[in-house]
Amino acid sequence: MQIIESSTMYDVIIVGSGAGGGMATKVLSEAGLKVAVVEAGPFFDPKDPKQQTQFKWPYESPRRGASTVRDFGEFDMALGGWDIKGEPYTQKNGSKFAWFRSRMLGGRTNHWGRISLRFSERDFKHRSLDGLGEDWPIGYNDVKPYYDRVDKLIGVFGSKEGLENEPDGFFLPAPKPRLHELYYMDGAKKSGIPVIPARMSMVTKKVNKDRGICVYCGQCGRSCQYYADFSSGSCLIFPAQANGGQIDLFVNSMVREVTTNDEGKATGVLYINKEDRKEYQLKGKVVVMAASACSSARILLNSKSKQHPGGLGNSSGLIGKYLHDSTGASRGGFIPSMMDRKIYNEDGVGGMHVYSPWWLDNKKLDFPRGYHIEVWGGLGMPNYGFGFNPNSINEMLGEDVGGYGDGLRDDVKRYYGSTLGFGGRGESIALESNYCEIDPTQVDEFGIPVLRFNYQWSDHERYQAKHMHETFEEIIHNMGGTVFGDAPGKEQDYGLNKPGEIIHEVGTTRMGNDPKRSVVNKFEQMHDVDNVFIVDAGPFVSQADKNPTWTILALAWRTSDYIVEQLKQQSI
Amino acid sequence: MDRRKSIKSIILGGVAGGLAINGCKPGIDGEAGVTEEIAIDENHFGRTPEEKEQIAKLQAEQFFNEHQMSTLHVLCALILPANAKYGSATDAGVPDFIEFMAKDIPAYQTQLKGGLMWLDHTSNKENGVEFKSATEAQQKVILDGIAFPDKEEPTYEQNFFSLMRNLTVTGYFTSKMGIEDLGYKGNTANVWDGVPQDVLDKHGKAYPKDWESKFVDQSKRHIMAEWDDDMNLIT
Repeated sequence: MQIIESSTMYDVIIVGSGAGGGMATKVLSEAGLKVAVVEAGPFFDPKDPKQQTQFKWPYESPRRGASTVRDFGEFDMALGGWDIKGEPYTQKNGSKFAWFRSRMLGGRTNHWGRISLRFSERDFKHRSLDGLGEDWPIGYNDVKPYYDRVDKLIGVFGSKEGLENEPDGFFLPAPKPRLHELYYMDGAKKSGIPVIPARMSMVTKKVNKDRGICVYCGQCGRSCQYYADFSSGSCLIFPAQANGGQIDLFVNSMVREVTTNDEGKATGVLYINKEDRKEYQLKGKVVVMAASACSSARILLNSKSKQHPGGLGNSSGLIGKYLHDSTGASRGGFIPSMMDRKIYNEDGVGGMHVYSPWWLDNKKLDFPRGYHIEVWGGLGMPNYGFGFNPNSINEMLGEDVGGYGDGLRDDVKRYYGSTLGFGGRGESIALESNYCEIDPTQVDEFGIPVLRFNYQWSDHERYQAKHMHETFEEIIHNMGGTVFGDAPGKEQDYGLNKPGEIIHEVGTTRMGNDPKRSVVNKFEQMHDVDNVFIVDAGPFVSQADKNPTWTILALAWRTSDYIVEQLKQQSI
Repeated sequence: MDRRKSIKSIILGGVAGGLAINGCKPGIDGEAGVTEEIAIDENHFGRTPEEKEQIAKLQAEQFFNEHQMSTLHVLCALILPANAKYGSATDAGVPDFIEFMAKDIPAYQTQLKGGLMWLDHTSNKENGVEFKSATEAQQKVILDGIAFPDKEEPTYEQNFFSLMRNLTVTGYFTSKMGIEDLGYKGNTANVWDGVPQDVLDKHGKAYPKDWESKFVDQSKRHIMAEWDDDMNLIT
């Protein structure tokens, strides 16, 4: 076996091209550094007609959008999914962790919900308030300047609200709510639940000359050919290339390990080219891990050497530990006054126009931390599954369910747009006992040892899900609607999603000041290896009831600035 | 149109570190209201090469035989018949869609073939002819017996019909004809500026007055965003 070595010495090698990797690519290349980006999936550009699914009709496909080949439907722009052929992962102690991976340039930023929320000071210091989990070694003021820059660079719509736990940003103006969202606003108000315009990274107004403006097709999950939503390729990597950055993009290249020298410092990465299945070595002065919380943990744990017997930078033994995902629960309902709607185009942006940030005081509740409420509904484009159980709502109106003929057709049309639903997305408590580790018994098709998950929810999360369902029922009743189904009981964890299913997994290489109790320092630099940084969600100490991407971006920018500074001072 | 210089993405990592140049890409100039002609392969819809291959493989296989297909033609048109304005589910191509889905989701196969056989068996016994050759009135008598599933314990035949109804309705309303029938108006570039006033009035809804300043002024969306130091949008 011969490893094929590149003669190029890179200033920085970046592993992964999602939110964190894309931001590092942009900042580091624009600082004049020579950068290699190593991505496990193929090249992807939302503008490439061959790859586009935006504006496709269901009938252009023989399966009409069914999720047989892509987990969120075949028009969703995430190559990969919960299960990737040849790349298994395993479970321990009855765990049911679901791991969504996207293998493509830009990673999961090509299909994500674009909900872009800032963590507040409380989110960074929650242990000080309730004694659970751990405080971050940084606070809101450390990150704020970078949130500001991310807002202005990428664009996020929203509104200035002055809410302490929902820090405002430099917002683009918000799109007007749709009809079901107006119903939601009234329903929530009756229960004293605040509703504000959503905060999402779609460009509702020009932010720079290179990107288009939202065309309100509601298809951000398909990735936008106008570059009017945030994805890492279109907003970070391509502009960095256009700005003359020295960027070598290695695609279909699966990193196996970070290589080290006798002093235990990183020297580069070893990757497998998926096309010829041979091993290649890249050399770099600095390695930036951005493969996603679990993938980065896997690579580090697989990077064993004499100096790092438990995996690279793992003297604390904490790599993989404190893995945690957002909590999630969902419920829908039927609103009779929205039957027989007038039909017009209300696709809007892809996702919600309004949402409810967390509003309650935990002192009066039986669970810690909070959740926000996301809203769905409306006159969406039919896809596979539309019209399944076409008149099950008949039961709510005391009519027969089933049948065939003209009545069936009429039922579908009268109920179109009369249903809506909510997703609660909340904060779980990070536990050392929830982790991913290397499974010593299995490798993937590239010969790389795979991850094994051990994850159990606690009552903190279960009671939060129970509260979500109670809230959703109340709001639907306030709207004059009928709730679908019964509230899930204790034996179903009160409807709590399985860990991993919300795809906000964080915490596997957590940040801290104490090298014994954390993996990276407050600049996301490994305590044990000063030329390795981690800019995905691995360094998150806690999750907050916020979606992690905006914080990944802000921290990746902050870390990249730090890397540039350290290289200038020749201290790494 | 001010077409920007094309970007060349250098993609490495190919065979033996070989160098591949990603061809010139269209300039980044698309935006709301600007239509850009892109040559689109009609049968591609963004498939990866592996996905395309999988579709071709399924399309080359045949699941239903000729008799079963013609029974499906009759059945789909009974579930969603033609009306004065639109054709039947069969006219909308639903039988071919079901043929594909039976191959795409093999879990459907036994239930579909078994259910079609049950229709013939029942019709043979009751009418002395296979289902497709019975009169419409005779066919409906059979369907009436299975079209309203028992809530507690639906029978095999009822489950078969529920699956047929699901596939027929979803196949119809995802067809070109069905989408027109439904009246869906989106999937196109447009500028969203709120719920039409008559709809607001009908539902007794209104945009809160104190929200007005939060909304995008669509006449100014092409003007570059600028803020003051206090995070107020000033353009």
